[in-house]
Amino acid sequence: MSSSMSMQSASGFSSGTPGGGPNPADEQTEPASTLSIFALDYKKHEDIKHMLDSNKDNLKLEAMRRVIGMIAKGKDAADLFPAVVKNVVSKNMEVKKLVYVYLMRYAEEQQDLALLSIATFQRALKDPNQLIRASALRVLSSIRVPTIVTIMMLAIREAVYDMSPYVRKTAANAIAKLYALDPELKEELIAVIVKLLADKTILVNGSAVQAFEQVCPERIDLIHKNYRRLCNLLVDIDEWSQVTVLNMLTRYARTQFVDPNKTVEDDKNNFYGDENNSKEKSENDDEDSLEKRTYTMDSDHRLLLRCTKPLLQSRNSAVVMAVAQLYHYVAPRSEIHVIANALIRLLRHHREIQTIVLKCIASMAEKNKDIFGPFLKAFYVRSSDSSHVKRYKLEILTTLACATNISTVLRELQTYVLSPDKEFAAQTIHAIGRCASTIPEVTEACLNGLVGYMSKKDETIVAESVVVVKKLLQINPVQYGDIIKHIVRKVDKITVPQARASILWLIGEYSERISKLAPDVLRKMAKTFPDEEAIVKHQILNLAAKLYVMNAKQTHLLVQYVFNLAKYDTNYDTRDKARLLRALLFQADKCPALSKHAKKILLASKPAPLLESIVRNHDQYTLGTLSYVIGQTVPGYTDLPDYPLEPSDSSIRNVEVIRPSPSQDESPRKPSSSGKKKSTTDEKFYSDEEENDENEGTSTEGPDDEDEEDEEGDDDEESENEEEEKSDEDEDEDGEKPAKTINQTDEYEQLDARSPTVVDNHESSEENDTESEDEEETSASEDTTDGEGEEKIIEKHTLSFNKSPSNIAISGFSMATTTEKSIAEDDLEAFLGITTTSASNQQSTTKASVRDDLQNLESLSTPSTLTYIRQYECLNRMTGQGLQIQYRFPRTPFQRATNMVHIELTFTNTIPNNDIRSIKFIKSKSGVNIQGFSDIDQLPGGASIITSIGIDFNDTTQAASFDISIGGRQLATSISIPCHVGELFQPKFINEKDFNKSLSSLRGMHEITGTLNVNETQISKFNFTTIQTKVVQCANVSSVPSSSGDSTVYRFSGQTVSSKALVLIAIQLNMSRSTINLTLNSDRIILATMLLKEIQQAISTIS
Amino acid sequence: MIHSLFIINGAGDVFMEKHWKTVVGKSICDYFFEAQSKCANSEDVPPVIATPHHYLVNIFRNNLYFVAVLTNEVAPLFVIEFLHRIMDVFEYYFGECTETSLKDNYVVVYELLDEMLDSGLPLATETNILEELIKRPNIILKMTKLITGDDTNVAISGEGAKNLSRGMESGITWRTGRIVHRSTNEILIDIIETLDAIIDQRGTIISAEVNGVIDCCIKLSGNPDLTLSFVNPRLLDDVSFHPCVRLKKWESERVLSFIPPDGNFRLISYHIGSQNAISIPIYVKHNIQFREGSSGRFELTVGPKQTMGKTLEAVVIECSMPKSVLNCTLTPTQGKCTFDPVKKILVWDIGKIESKTQAAARLPSLRGNIVLSTGQPLPESNPVLNVRFTLNQIAISGIRVQRVDMHGEKYKPFKGVKYITTVKNGRFQIQTKQNFSIPD
Repeated sequence: MSSSMSMQSASGFSSGTPGGGPNPADEQTEPASTLSIFALDYKKHEDIKHMLDSNKDNLKLEAMRRVIGMIAKGKDAADLFPAVVKNVVSKNMEVKKLVYVYLMRYAEEQQDLALLSIATFQRALKDPNQLIRASALRVLSSIRVPTIVTIMMLAIREAVYDMSPYVRKTAANAIAKLYALDPELKEELIAVIVKLLADKTILVNGSAVQAFEQVCPERIDLIHKNYRRLCNLLVDIDEWSQVTVLNMLTRYARTQFVDPNKTVEDDKNNFYGDENNSKEKSENDDEDSLEKRTYTMDSDHRLLLRCTKPLLQSRNSAVVMAVAQLYHYVAPRSEIHVIANALIRLLRHHREIQTIVLKCIASMAEKNKDIFGPFLKAFYVRSSDSSHVKRYKLEILTTLACATNISTVLRELQTYVLSPDKEFAAQTIHAIGRCASTIPEVTEACLNGLVGYMSKKDETIVAESVVVVKKLLQINPVQYGDIIKHIVRKVDKITVPQARASILWLIGEYSERISKLAPDVLRKMAKTFPDEEAIVKHQILNLAAKLYVMNAKQTHLLVQYVFNLAKYDTNYDTRDKARLLRALLFQADKCPALSKHAKKILLASKPAPLLESIVRNHDQYTLGTLSYVIGQTVPGYTDLPDYPLEPSDSSIRNVEVIRPSPSQDESPRKPSSSGKKKSTTDEKFYSDEEENDENEGTSTEGPDDEDEEDEEGDDDEESENEEEEKSDEDEDEDGEKPAKTINQTDEYEQLDARSPTVVDNHESSEENDTESEDEEETSASEDTTDGEGEEKIIEKHTLSFNKSPSNIAISGFSMATTTEKSIAEDDLEAFLGITTTSASNQQSTTKASVRDDLQNLESLSTPSTLTYIRQYECLNRMTGQGLQIQYRFPRTPFQRATNMVHIELTFTNTIPNNDIRSIKFIKSKSGVNIQGFSDIDQLPGGASIITSIGIDFNDTTQAASFDISIGGRQLATSISIPCHVGELFQPKFINEKDFNKSLSSLRGMHEITGTLNVNETQISKFNFTTIQTKVVQCANVSSVPSSSGDSTVYRFSGQTVSSKALVLIAIQLNMSRSTINLTLNSDRIILATMLLKEIQQAISTIS
Repeated sequence: MIHSLFIINGAGDVFMEKHWKTVVGKSICDYFFEAQSKCANSEDVPPVIATPHHYLVNIFRNNLYFVAVLTNEVAPLFVIEFLHRIMDVFEYYFGECTETSLKDNYVVVYELLDEMLDSGLPLATETNILEELIKRPNIILKMTKLITGDDTNVAISGEGAKNLSRGMESGITWRTGRIVHRSTNEILIDIIETLDAIIDQRGTIISAEVNGVIDCCIKLSGNPDLTLSFVNPRLLDDVSFHPCVRLKKWESERVLSFIPPDGNFRLISYHIGSQNAISIPIYVKHNIQFREGSSGRFELTVGPKQTMGKTLEAVVIECSMPKSVLNCTLTPTQGKCTFDPVKKILVWDIGKIESKTQAAARLPSLRGNIVLSTGQPLPESNPVLNVRFTLNQIAISGIRVQRVDMHGEKYKPFKGVKYITTVKNGRFQIQTKQNFSIPD
């Protein structure tokens, strides 16, 4: 209320005159004052300026709203620029946002003044709130001021490393805007796109592909490495990006895979055509055909088709259309039919959508009649359809008509002829004509029907019938003398020029069949000649000339008369035509050569016309594009490339192991070292995560690289871990029995080739980014594909821990002594890339947000996996008839449902040369909630595929059993997976203070303790690392950083996956008495008891 | 991508414009008006119009034209779908999308448009997310504005931002984190089916199809995970889903498994074609006679059929008479009957028809005379009866929800399912037989 009052006073003040507003009282009762805004005039700008200069937020907001009202109305508000731009610093969020809106609209026009606001954006780019960072980047990139191109470039580059995926998404969107502003930055932007394409979050990927399409669609090679991931994640990308990604993938498939249809056809040709002489064929040819016959679709090609199919059920018509288009261009002909149903469904959407979809269906139906055949009824026209929809439906009906369904189609068409929409009725007649010309069985019936329409009352229907009949007769004139006679009789009644012209032409053309009638018609026409339309006059002249040639005696005078009339016609075309014909017929002396052949010229047999579609189809354009719809090339349109003759090598797409699960949104994580890393501190943990980030992207340097290198212990450990990994790999390679995943062979070879030297490199602790990146991938793949080497890895790890205990102990505790606050600050810097100076300036603000950010981070970061992963068998290859299923707990959270335990299943086909088809998850049997794996279409012999499932064990160790079907067999195979107690937990990161706090609430009933006696030699071996190794081996928990420096108590924390109940573990060494006290606190006391036993047992094995 | 947007009312005024890139002059709309003037019907305007330098994609809904201006290649369906989504969001925010409601809330409109598109690329289109960013104007908000003087629509700081970020990060763009409903946790599911049928003169069904939607109103705290299973899922073979539904699960088990958005949303829409036998719950007996010269007879009787004990409600029969009919004098036994002599439309509003199958005499009927204009020939085409009705507590296709389960949260929510069958205007047609009788 106060705002409106003060606004009122302000406006009253400036306008001054009592007549300023037409009805001041009215305005007063209208707090939102919307009416007055829409009635705003220029004089009032003064008071808006006044309000903007005031220091009350309410006034400013009101003023900004009125300014936006002007913009919305399309009125010019440019003169307010200086007053508005000042408010960009406003603390009020809405004022700020509205100023942003204003800036985006006018900055381009007033560039110099706009520069005043840049500093504010730069500051906002460092704001702790991700939404503010994102909106600053958005506005900065949207204001289109060329002078700030460099600033934008910097901002984008920085934002790409932002920890918030939302900001990274905004950065991806900004790329296209920057490119539009300055195309010379292309190369630099491509580098950024590469980084974003490899981003781990789907939110970013979609926008990255969008940027890719805008900036460098020709650089298809950038997609290779991301192809499989994009395919697998497609379902989870937001619907708008799905469209872009689908279009891109269509193009990708067309450049990388061979034409699936062509090969099939060639096969057939070879098969049938060469049967007789195939034996005599040269060897060369034989080889060729052999090659083609053995063609199987590239597994990546198959992947694309499989991953896009579910999207046909999207609610978004653009997505469905994009999939349909993909199938149309990329799928083998036998599989296209799946899109028909989905497209038909779109016909129940809004009118505009119907129009476009029908147009596309019309084009598709021409190529693949059979896929829409069963849906004929869907194209029946309703009286409520819009005229475009009617036209396209008619077109499709005509295209789909064939000998078998023609009777129903014709019956339907006949009802349309009676429709009150005359234009549509005429189109229907045209359609009937087309059916008649394409389907010989019904030609006669149609002709008779059409002749019947000629006696209708309605002119347009009659006219159209005549035109169509004329065309039909021309195609096959011999049999239809009667019809011609019938038509001739109509000539008096028909008034539509087009139809009259057609009739006259018919008479002239077939005058020998109606030799008695024809001259009479000419006589009548001669009478009305001056009143006819030009098109009719031309045909009268034609008729006259033809009759003269055929029957000069009878018609001589009449023809002369007509030509004389034409001589003085007002239309010069008519005069010209008359002059030409006259010369040909009567003035033999002037052009004897031509006159001799007059008959031949005039009565030459004409090629029969084709009855063409009434809908112009623009088949040269890609279906569903804007160019296709309007039939002209739109800027930015590119044709789909033709299939290459040779497919690209599928190994170029080998980057990672086949994704375990389609809807998982993380890339394979570095599984090895993190177990130990966690042992250090929170700080360690996060930077580790960040580094993962960086390594997985292809970029070379991040802003936090330096930070990390500063920390000595860090680096040491780093190299050390890598060394371990390396040796693990080596060992694996030696004692290998790795089940090979599809298409992973190259990866392994590569690894063999370089392993020894790389190890050396790392021993000298030189960080080499690219190599470590490669290594990650390999080790990741190793990890997931590995079968029996696992146990060895564990041993190896413990070994290497023992080798350098001192080193690890130092790095483990070095950070523990620093205070928590400083940890957090360091951390934030590392993340945001804030320079030290600005950090110190903003310390007060950042501190407050540190907590938030850390919390965010926690939710962001999924704990790194461990190497302590055993693999168990749940389906024996004997019972599975060759299919072996192994499972393991990767200890990463299950992305699709956070309350489920993530389990990785490895399907191995143990029978070489025998493909197993169609492995499907059917249902959970034990009433346990299970997220099944996606169907596996094919599992070639000897190969293995990894998928993941999630099981909600509901915090019990009871086995979860479920059914799967193999090879489409009716009988389901039952599988049971027991859960190990330790896997029911997930790490929960808390500090010591929180630990103690939670502990106090879990005393008494919720506490169980155990003691373990050990001898003296043993206890000396106990240190942080050994204990942590064992505990983490038993259960998926994380260690709590110790802030007190007490080295005899080790704390671990975790929570149950299903119900998120906290479990706290404390292990106390009692050196003097050689005992170890274990304390577990949790309200899941049964689980805690089981866990206690496990841990006791594990620790007792330390020696 | 989308360059600019113009909103044009039925009278042809451009009353709002928004530019995401360089400003495009309002004069571009002249091309649109030109195309519009060529069409007899506002529905017939081509959805895509090419002009020398720009391309206009338009939609027509609620008597408003939304015209998007493009300069580059982009899938037209993409733009059309997006324009409709904008309208959906406006309808959600303002209750209706009309010229008045948009003008009243122009600031919110502008803020929404700004959030939904980033220089022409769709950004946030889920109402849940948008509501975290921009408050929805409603009575309560207006009250608080009046009382506290806090007058902002924007909710960017604090809790909203954090919630939003959680939703964004998890890839579940439709649900924001940390939703708390203190009073009730409820799952309300409406299964709404519209019948689409044509019945010929003899009473045989030419086509009968059902278009159904499942609209949910789900208010649950925390992060619930729902599964919805049907008694007869095999009926659903032509379905489109909200992005939250796990497609794989549907394909393998025929259950809907999803993490729901908060509030109202359309979970699935489905179509049941004529291959499934659908029983029509109503029948109409008709006897229409036109006599050469003067008048005709008109008789209708309506009765329920296979309604499974449910009452037919809001039954209306509409019939557009041939041009030569001057007037009708008809008396109904139930309800009200009116005839518009200008539009030649006969409307018989019957109301409820109890399903008790008693004597036929009790059934509502309408009979009387028709006056034809003299001198005009007898009408050629048969009048078509348009029937409308609603049938509560039953889905005509026979689809039934078996159970709804919630995982991931501990409390017990209230669950409710409602079934409604309706007929949209003009989608249930009965063709009538015509009895010509030659006067003596």
